[in-house]
Formats: sequence, structure tokens, C-alpha cells
Amino acid sequence: MTATDQSSTTDTATMVEALGVRKSFGRTEVLKGIDLTVRTGEVTCLVGPSGSGKSTFLRCINHLETIDGGSLSVNGHLVGYRRKGDRLHELKPSEVAAQRRDIGMVFQRFNLFPHMTAAQNIMHAPVLVRGESRKVARERASQLLERVGLAGRENQYPAHLSGGQQQRVAIARALAMRPPLMLFDEPTSALDPELVGEVLDVMKGLASDGMTMVVVTHEMGFAREVGDSVYFMDDGVVVESGTPSQVLENPRHERTKAFLSKVL
Amino acid sequence: MNSTPTSTAPPERSDARVAPADLEVVPLRHWGRWVAAAIMMLFAASFAWSLARNPNLEWSVVGEYLFKDFVIKGVGITLMLTVVAMVIGTVGGVLIAVMRLSSNPVLQAIAGFYVWFFRGTPLLVQIIFWGFLAALYERLVIGIPFTDITFASFDTNSVVGPMTAAVLALSLNEVAYAAEIVRGGIGSVDDGQDDAASALGLTKVQAMRTITLPQAMRVIVPPMGNETVTMLKSTALVSVIGGKDLLTAVQSVYAQNYKVIPLLVVAALWYLALTSILSIGQYFLEKKYGKGYGTASMGRRWLGRGVAR
Repeated sequence: MTATDQSSTTDTATMVEALGVRKSFGRTEVLKGIDLTVRTGEVTCLVGPSGSGKSTFLRCINHLETIDGGSLSVNGHLVGYRRKGDRLHELKPSEVAAQRRDIGMVFQRFNLFPHMTAAQNIMHAPVLVRGESRKVARERASQLLERVGLAGRENQYPAHLSGGQQQRVAIARALAMRPPLMLFDEPTSALDPELVGEVLDVMKGLASDGMTMVVVTHEMGFAREVGDSVYFMDDGVVVESGTPSQVLENPRHERTKAFLSKVL
Repeated sequence: MNSTPTSTAPPERSDARVAPADLEVVPLRHWGRWVAAAIMMLFAASFAWSLARNPNLEWSVVGEYLFKDFVIKGVGITLMLTVVAMVIGTVGGVLIAVMRLSSNPVLQAIAGFYVWFFRGTPLLVQIIFWGFLAALYERLVIGIPFTDITFASFDTNSVVGPMTAAVLALSLNEVAYAAEIVRGGIGSVDDGQDDAASALGLTKVQAMRTITLPQAMRVIVPPMGNETVTMLKSTALVSVIGGKDLLTAVQSVYAQNYKVIPLLVVAALWYLALTSILSIGQYFLEKKYGKGYGTASMGRRWLGRGVAR
């Protein structure tokens, strides 16, 4: 029901705007014109079978993959390009890096830095990239660890944490840069079933705090409960989109129905 | 014809019921091991005996020369060559490795050619080559390429003496090997690490310096330790161009007094002592870069490390 409430406030600012995004790996076209809009404060879930292009699209949003066609903007800025008149100029690597600072990302396989403790993982980018003092960053790392339910784990190395704990540190690490937008790439797919809940709980907390999130997920329960909108993707296109109840409970397309009958 | 059953139970069962603690355990005797050990000790003893009785070894001469000034000086130069060649080799190796991994095809090709050339020719040949550099270029010139503009010009032999030639030969050779080790180390770091660093807004240089290289070090340090040990021993090769190292020092003395064997023993003892110290240093380096990976795997890699060449 919250979904309908939020979608009624259509004048909220647009955080992510994708228009006809195309992407090919060699000769294989993996994104065939994706249109998508994420409003500030909304949780958008991308669902669909493996190989449908969801993760690739998510990686395009912070320019980990370059797009071959269409346009993609975050917070009003084109991703990876600057527009001058009728021309698009590719950004320098340092400018791309600057853009990414405002987009947090959480990966399927956590990708914590194994040679750093939990606190060091979290404070690394704020100190190195934002120039925060180590003392301030360290305190904030402790606060963030507490927020994801890992108070007191500052000095543990990732190898000594469970998968669920590692993923929560990874979320804290992304939050440390205070990004207005968070991307989640199948954040629970590499976890043992009993550890999925603790990560989803942290994500639900973020959503209720008003964080704008784009989540690639196979957790239909999460999409239904937390998502403001759901996009079903298959074979590089958005087959249908809408509120969770529209897409997950009353799908109109055969492909959506076929997929949901397998996962639900 | 007495058919009354005896009161004793079947023998097997009563054995099994006795608590093991009450029984004497007879360990398996490994006779083969004893025989092999005895044979090896016999050989070792006879070898030691032959050495001890051999007057040509002249242990008193060994003792006399072990800490002589010229020997210590030679040890110093050997150490200096090792350190300088390894420092230049490592820095250059990182450079060539990064060139090979860059997306610029010209840099890639040049780095590939460099490694191919310096690994494909014997170090001894390279040393002699640098020693005779003046035969290839009589004068060394600093200026703008393909023009007649020159800023400075030197007589090759005055600039590249035996020591410079030795440093050049050892360093440039080491660059090629180090480059391959560093490249392997960088390649061993998971791609996801780079994704994570990029997503946090780190620049490529920041990601390489603070995320990729520190993790690559774990893979790089053990073979580079071996490289250092190998380098220490390879410095002896520069004696062919009069490199003033430890071997050159003892050679120049035994050329006069003919105490060849005792002086070689002096050199060998020093090489052994230095390589042993290096191995200890390597242990602590590995420990430092193994942080966050648990200690069990460290020990395994320490014992299981292979030779680099």
C-alpha cells in the first residue's frame, strides 16, 4: 500500500533516468533499449532470470560498464559524459571517479578489501577520496558498524566474518561516502539461506530511512514488501514494470508469469 | 567323554572386552627407515671424515681470511650490488608490469619485448655485454633524438666502469623477472576488488596503490624473496668483468697465493650466511603481507614455496 502512496507524489525529484540504454559485449547485445526512472527516496527492484541484463544495467548506472547507446543520468548529471551543445564529451577517468563517489554499490560477492579490517574497509574511501581526518572517519566507521548490527567488530578482518556479516560491512562501507543513491547487485545471492535475513533487514532499515535504492534481487518477498516499483527484465529488455502488486501479483505478460511461477 | 561346557567364553570376545589401557601397545617398527638412515649417515660420516682429513682444505687458512679486510669489502660490494639491483629491478619491474597490463598497445608491446629479450639471453652474456659496452657505443650522448643537438657527450669507458656495468646488467635483468612476478601478482587479485575500489570513487592510481598492489604483495613477496637470494648469488657472475664483489676479491688473492679451495670456502661461508639472513627477513615480510588471510596458509606457503627460476 505504501507503494501507491509514494507513486502519487509524482513531483519528487528524479534520481536515475535511463532512456533507451543499449549495451553489447562483442556481438551479443545484452541491453536492448532500457527505459527506467527512479525517484528520490524510492526503492526500485530489478527482477528477472539470469542473463537478462539486470546486473549489467546496474553496473552501467555508475559507469563500471560503458553504454553503447541511449542516455543515462544520475541526479541530473549524465553518467560518464558531459554535454556541450550537441556533442557528448567522454569524461576523464578522474571525473568519472568523482561521479561515482555519490553512488554507493554493494556487490553479490561483497568485495571487501581482505587486507583491511572492517573499520579500515569503511574509512578507506572517506579518508583517501574525501580527505576526512582518520579520527572522524574511524568514529563514523564505528557508528556505521553499529547501524548494520556489527558494533565492536572494528578490528576484525573479512576472513573472520560470516558472509552475512561481510555483506553488512560492505553496506556500511558504501554508506560511509554518504551517497544519495545505493545500488545493490544481488546482495544476498552468495549467502547461506540462514544469513539472508540479516542483510535484508539492514536494507529494509535503509529503505525506511528514505534511501534511494536500486536493487537487483531474486528475493521476491523483499521486492513485494520494500519495493516502490518493480521492473521485470528478460533478454535485455524491460518486459513490464509497475508497483510490486502490479508486476508480481497481477503480471500481464506471459514471460513474467512464466518466471514468477518458477521462483514463487 | 566329558561334554560339560567349560566356563571360559570364546577367546576372541574376551580379548575385545579388555580395556585397551590394560594392554601393552607394540608400535610398528619401521625397519626400512632405520636402514636408509644408517646408510645415509655412513655416507655423510665418510664424506665429513674425508673433508676433515683433507689437508688441502686448510681450515687454518679459512679462519685466517674469513674476516680479512678485502673479504669484508667484497662482502660489502656484493651486498650493495644485491640491494641496488633488487631496488632498481623491483621498481622497474612494477613499471614494466603496469605497461604490460595497460590498454596502450605500444606500451604493451615494448614491455613484452623487454621481458622477452632479457629473459631470453643468459645473465652471464648480458654481464659481459655491459662490460664491453664501449665496443658498441664509443661515446654516450645526451641530446634530442634524430637531430645534431647534443647537450653532453661522454667517453663510454669513463662512465660505465666495471661497477656500473655490473649494476646495469644485474638490474636490467632483474627488471624482466620482477615484471613477470609483479604481473602475476596483480593478475591474482580478484577483479571485484577493482570494481569495489572504483565504485567508492577511487582513481585508478589510488586503487592500484592502496587496494591491488598490497594484495598482490602477498603473491609477489615469496618469489621476490627467492629472487633476492638468487641475485645475491648471481652477483658472483660479475667477477668475469672485474666487478670487485666477494668472488672477485677472493679470486684476486688465490691467483697470487694459490690457496684456491680455502678461499672459495671463505666465499661460500659468507654467501651461506647472507642467504640465511635473507630467508629470515623474507619470513617476516610474508607475515606482514599475509595479514587478514589467517596464519595456517602462511605456513603452508612458506614450506611449499617453489624456486623462481
